[in-house]
Amino acid sequence: MGQVELRTEKETCCGGLERRERVLKAIERHRHVRGALIPVLHDIQDMFGYLPEEALTLVSEQMQIAMAEIYGVATFYSFFSLEPKGEHVIRVCLGTACYVKGSQAVLDKLSEQLAIPVGKTTPDGKFTLEAMRCLGACGLAPVLAIEDHVHGKLLPDDATKILDLYR
Amino acid sequence: MATQQRQIVVSDGIDCHAKHADKNIVKMMRRALTKNNLADQIELVRAGCLSLCEFEPVVIVYPEGIVYSHVTASDVEAIVKEHLVAGTPVERLIAPENELRSERIPAIDNIPFFKDQVRIALRNCGMIDPENIDEYIAVQGYKALAKVLTTMTPDQVIDEMKKSGLRGRGGGGFPTGNKWEFAAKQDNTVKYMICNGDEGDPGAFMDRSVLESDPHSVLEAMTIGGYAIGSHQGFIYVRAEYPVAVERLQLAIEQARTYGLLGDNILGTGFAFDIDIRLGAGAFVCGEETALINSIEGKRGMPNPKPPFPAVSGLWGKPTVINNVETLASIPPIFLRGADWFSSIGTERSKGTKVFALGGNINHTGLVEVPMGTTLRQVIFDIGGGIPKGKKFKAVQTGGPSGGCITEEFLDTPIEYDTLIKLGSMMGSGGMIIMDEDTCMVDVARFYLDFTKDESCGKCSPCRIGTVRLLEILEKITMGKGTMDDLDALRNLGEQIKVASLCGLGQTAPNPVLSTLNYFYDEYVAHVVEKRCPAGVCKSLVHYEIDAQACKGCGVCAKNCPVEAITGEIKSAHLIDDDLCIRCGTCADVCNFDAVATH
Repeated sequence: MGQVELRTEKETCCGGLERRERVLKAIERHRHVRGALIPVLHDIQDMFGYLPEEALTLVSEQMQIAMAEIYGVATFYSFFSLEPKGEHVIRVCLGTACYVKGSQAVLDKLSEQLAIPVGKTTPDGKFTLEAMRCLGACGLAPVLAIEDHVHGKLLPDDATKILDLYR
Repeated sequence: MATQQRQIVVSDGIDCHAKHADKNIVKMMRRALTKNNLADQIELVRAGCLSLCEFEPVVIVYPEGIVYSHVTASDVEAIVKEHLVAGTPVERLIAPENELRSERIPAIDNIPFFKDQVRIALRNCGMIDPENIDEYIAVQGYKALAKVLTTMTPDQVIDEMKKSGLRGRGGGGFPTGNKWEFAAKQDNTVKYMICNGDEGDPGAFMDRSVLESDPHSVLEAMTIGGYAIGSHQGFIYVRAEYPVAVERLQLAIEQARTYGLLGDNILGTGFAFDIDIRLGAGAFVCGEETALINSIEGKRGMPNPKPPFPAVSGLWGKPTVINNVETLASIPPIFLRGADWFSSIGTERSKGTKVFALGGNINHTGLVEVPMGTTLRQVIFDIGGGIPKGKKFKAVQTGGPSGGCITEEFLDTPIEYDTLIKLGSMMGSGGMIIMDEDTCMVDVARFYLDFTKDESCGKCSPCRIGTVRLLEILEKITMGKGTMDDLDALRNLGEQIKVASLCGLGQTAPNPVLSTLNYFYDEYVAHVVEKRCPAGVCKSLVHYEIDAQACKGCGVCAKNCPVEAITGEIKSAHLIDDDLCIRCGTCADVCNFDAVATH
């Protein structure tokens, strides 16, 4: 629970006036777009790193879309997250090219090093470990991405070195 | 400005970004040129992906076309000083592995990797700066659009497309001209043209490469399509996982609007067409047309039953054409060089070229574009350079999670839509994963089912429940708990899922299982009957053993074993306790004498 509290303190969503304004602005920006729900969710996730419930409530009120429908969309797509993420999100590619070249071992090593299962965040809120489907950088397999930075041609032992870069 | 005598192209795809090629090499090159007073005489181009991933970052020096691979910061200086100033190509920096070389200092067109390729969809990739519309125009960009808008009627455009024989490159293989014709025939003032850039097949990255390296060709083709079917609005649906592609598309759209190549009055002809971008959000099923449409509408990306086909009732109920990125990128050359030219390439039933993403256990990973009808062997061995480390070829997987595995005996099959289907696989979007002898085919099937199980949208039960059941059985087998009845169950269930599922995802999901069962039945039997994984991949079935003859008794393995399962005196053979062993493989990794064997 540590990381949730930490996040809430740091990123209070729509209780904070400024953050509420930003969500409203994102909604406004797409006001005239048909099928705007997904673009709005993308914007909100860009702001907070996840989709805070308060922000979704605001979307529901403003866009006249039932919360149930928003929840359905938000949980359908793997890109969206309802939980806060760590400061650094490590995404290990489990696409076919990476898998054939041993990315599972890299993922296992990271999971061991960080002492968290895949999909979870470290208690200090520093790292979230995720498996992803193909980054499209198959020429560098196996790869992982931290934020927008891609690390390629990995061996399991590189995991420690890469973590050190972000610690 | 002085006449520019040379051009230097630095490749800049996502793979290169990863290796810091991007700004660093370009920046350093610019600095080195200025320092040597060459900045005016040499044009520096930051081009998109040349798809020579294995060798990037790549720097090409024209007019000679000399390719420098794996370029590092220190190499930049050497290239400028020795090649550009002194005029002698830096031989030691040209593909040191000897893999790209067929002669002492080869030019790009003579490199084995490129020699057998015919680049239509990828024609501009790695050749022009994707962020500069003028560079696209300089290579005949938007000329096809001008020709279409000023000299052809929509019917003529459709006829030309039909005559070219171009079929959808995203997987379905439906003739593009026919698709356009269906939509054109619909009597409706509002129609939509969609570009499907939701490249979901893990292992395929040609769409990313085209969008990042040649975004204008997609915009041009969509506008041609819009004119043909009578649409004024297009959407590009692109994966959110491709931020560079999104950024460059955005820029390309703005440039095209400024140049009057998108907007209310394109090229002064009165034809109006504009394009918006929609981001995907990580759902493989959205590659399916009707699911993609639902996603653009802001809903969950679930497929609808067909008919009605999107060409009749698609986005917001309007006639809609959905074309894949690679399909679109192939279109402008068809109008420039004629349908007859295009249909002269390829085979009877599959015209033109196809891009394949070579990956897995192969020497030259990257994108290759070859005429339809090229054999798998040519692609894998002649262009791809074969299997690394002298290992044996085992199988090639085509078509991603919807495709199947093809074995050595079929390597001379010409690649066509129909031949691949006959082999129990499919073209798919063009992923081509090469597997060597160390790959376990049961594990590969399990890998794909794990993928489709996750990606099944849950709308129809054969797919939702069936893929889970298939995966459970496969997991049981890889754990060494399978029975011979399980193999029959896999086959039965697989056949039923294929016929009963609603969309393409479920209808093809069992292919990886069925094709491996077909071609690698013995390997399944080894797992089930002998409780053995011949490739040594399935952890539950692998046993580590120290070869007493090869072991020098150095003790490195015992020191590194995380569970202290290895015992032995220094300078005498060590022993692994199989009961304690957690099969992490560390001992085999650290052994300097290859004394740890798996069986």
